[in-house]
Amino acid sequence: MSNHAQPLSPAPATLAPNAPKKKSKENSVWSRLLKNKLAMVGMVIIAIMVIFALFAPLIATHGPNDMDLANSLSEPGIDGHLLGTDNYGRDLFSRIVYGTRISLIVGIFAIGLGGMIGTLLGLLAGYYGGKWDAIIMRLMDGLFAFPFILLSISLMTVLGAGLFNVILAIGIANIPGFARIVRGQVLAVKEEEYIEVTRSLGANDSRIIFHHILPNCMAPIIVYATMHVAGAIISEAALSFLGLGVQPPTASWGSILKDGKDFLVLSPHMATFSGLAILLSVLGFNLFGDGLRDALDPKMKV
Amino acid sequence: MSFDLKQGETIGIVGESGSGKSVTSTAILGLIPSPPGKIERGSILFEGKDLTKLSQAQMRKIRGNEISMIFQDPMTSLNPVFTVGNQIIEVIRLHQQLDKKAARQRAIEMLKLVGIPEPEKRLEQYPHEFSGGMRQRVMIAIALACNPKLLIADEPTTALDVTVQAQILDLMKKLQDDLQTSIIMITHDLGVVWESCQKVLVMYAGNTVEYATVEELYEKPLHPYTWGLLDSQIKSDTTGKLPSIPGNPPDLREDIAGCYFAPRCPYAKDKCFSEKPPLVEVAPNHLVACHFQTSDHRLERKGGSQA
Repeated sequence: MSNHAQPLSPAPATLAPNAPKKKSKENSVWSRLLKNKLAMVGMVIIAIMVIFALFAPLIATHGPNDMDLANSLSEPGIDGHLLGTDNYGRDLFSRIVYGTRISLIVGIFAIGLGGMIGTLLGLLAGYYGGKWDAIIMRLMDGLFAFPFILLSISLMTVLGAGLFNVILAIGIANIPGFARIVRGQVLAVKEEEYIEVTRSLGANDSRIIFHHILPNCMAPIIVYATMHVAGAIISEAALSFLGLGVQPPTASWGSILKDGKDFLVLSPHMATFSGLAILLSVLGFNLFGDGLRDALDPKMKV
Repeated sequence: MSFDLKQGETIGIVGESGSGKSVTSTAILGLIPSPPGKIERGSILFEGKDLTKLSQAQMRKIRGNEISMIFQDPMTSLNPVFTVGNQIIEVIRLHQQLDKKAARQRAIEMLKLVGIPEPEKRLEQYPHEFSGGMRQRVMIAIALACNPKLLIADEPTTALDVTVQAQILDLMKKLQDDLQTSIIMITHDLGVVWESCQKVLVMYAGNTVEYATVEELYEKPLHPYTWGLLDSQIKSDTTGKLPSIPGNPPDLREDIAGCYFAPRCPYAKDKCFSEKPPLVEVAPNHLVACHFQTSDHRLERKGGSQA
């Protein structure tokens, strides 16, 4: 199975000198991605999230922690509170906008951390095989044996609450997934003839691993990472919902949801809108990841 | 097996699939996967150095720089995610202290040398934008980028169609004349050997069965296995079914007492199954390993035209 991105457009293998200039590889991946409507929906959602996160102070109508106890739990649309207020009278829209920051930061940095360590371990295990492979992958199996959320919770309990620790906990929980997927890729790529060629040209191990094998494993890594940003966002929300994540009064979708559950009957908008924010962001990353996978290599299964 | 090669000379190694041709070449480069592979004994002398005794780091300096290799299938031997230019520049920068610009200039020269038109433009393209013959040219450019003294060509034309084969062989011969490179040509196509080699070594089951100059072997092939190979070539007067050597190469994990080829040899006698024939010089520059092909005894070749 070849998992590196190969263009599927009917590209002639031979190119006459005067043939029309063919699109480069990046372009054809892009054009396939642009044609995929669902992926574009996902990309728009992600773009909106990024804009919310970057320009939160400009977009938010109120300060995220400004309390107005006289107007607590007001309905959406009243007094300029677009989505209403929470039990402390804080503007829900502004809190959700600011919450986007936490979700994105955790999603990206946790996956970045887990992805980097996991990829490195997967490269070593796959390339060197034997003892290295056995030790690394059994450790990964051990991590995998824990249910994801249980692992995060226990790590949070040990590390203590806080944004950095949330990233650390979710990042660690994501290591084995990356290690497995990268190892599988490496096992296939390292047998390719061009790797043998590179070795016959005098390249050393680190050059072969990082300059030749890694780039050929990038497609599935990118897709896996995109899809798992969604998972990391859910994990952060879950940890905050359980009170283990980002601490109040910092706005996080999970903690808004937690506050909202106490007023589910009285004012359901708190739980509804924070829940919708989580749902939409997860949907966005999943749709985009799916589209990315189809564009990079339709045969690939992640 | 044993052979030697002088500067600017070409030796052909022929034999059917599984006779150990490619293993020989990977052994020279020290690329036999270990474990399980191991060079038990013997030596590979290159300019007075024994390659089997060098460390990995020393070997890396030799690979690609002094000894290069061209592989069989140009469709799979280029990295699909890098431009062709990057791959040539990489090997140049790996072995020579050149800055990016100079290496790029050298890469353009190499592409021009192997006959790729518009090298500046082709440099920026990915392997999938090249045809098979063009890719093999690129592989030759990569292999020769550092002016190696020895080039190992492992069936360089097998995966190409016949017209392109001829072009690639011509190109290799021309470059050899220009650069004074020695070539080890691994092939199962005797036609390639006649055209490009001075010496030829016929391998069977990991052993040399015949070793001679090309003229000698062409005029007077002696080993029954060589005869079999020659008979199974398509010639201008071939009609009907193409002759072949019955059976398969032996499984070398088992101990075989006699001649490895005996079970498939139409001339085999009892002695062949019990005693291994040594490689002896039966005529000047002509060595053969067969009990019945010696300086004072010859076999009568059955069937098949004399080459």
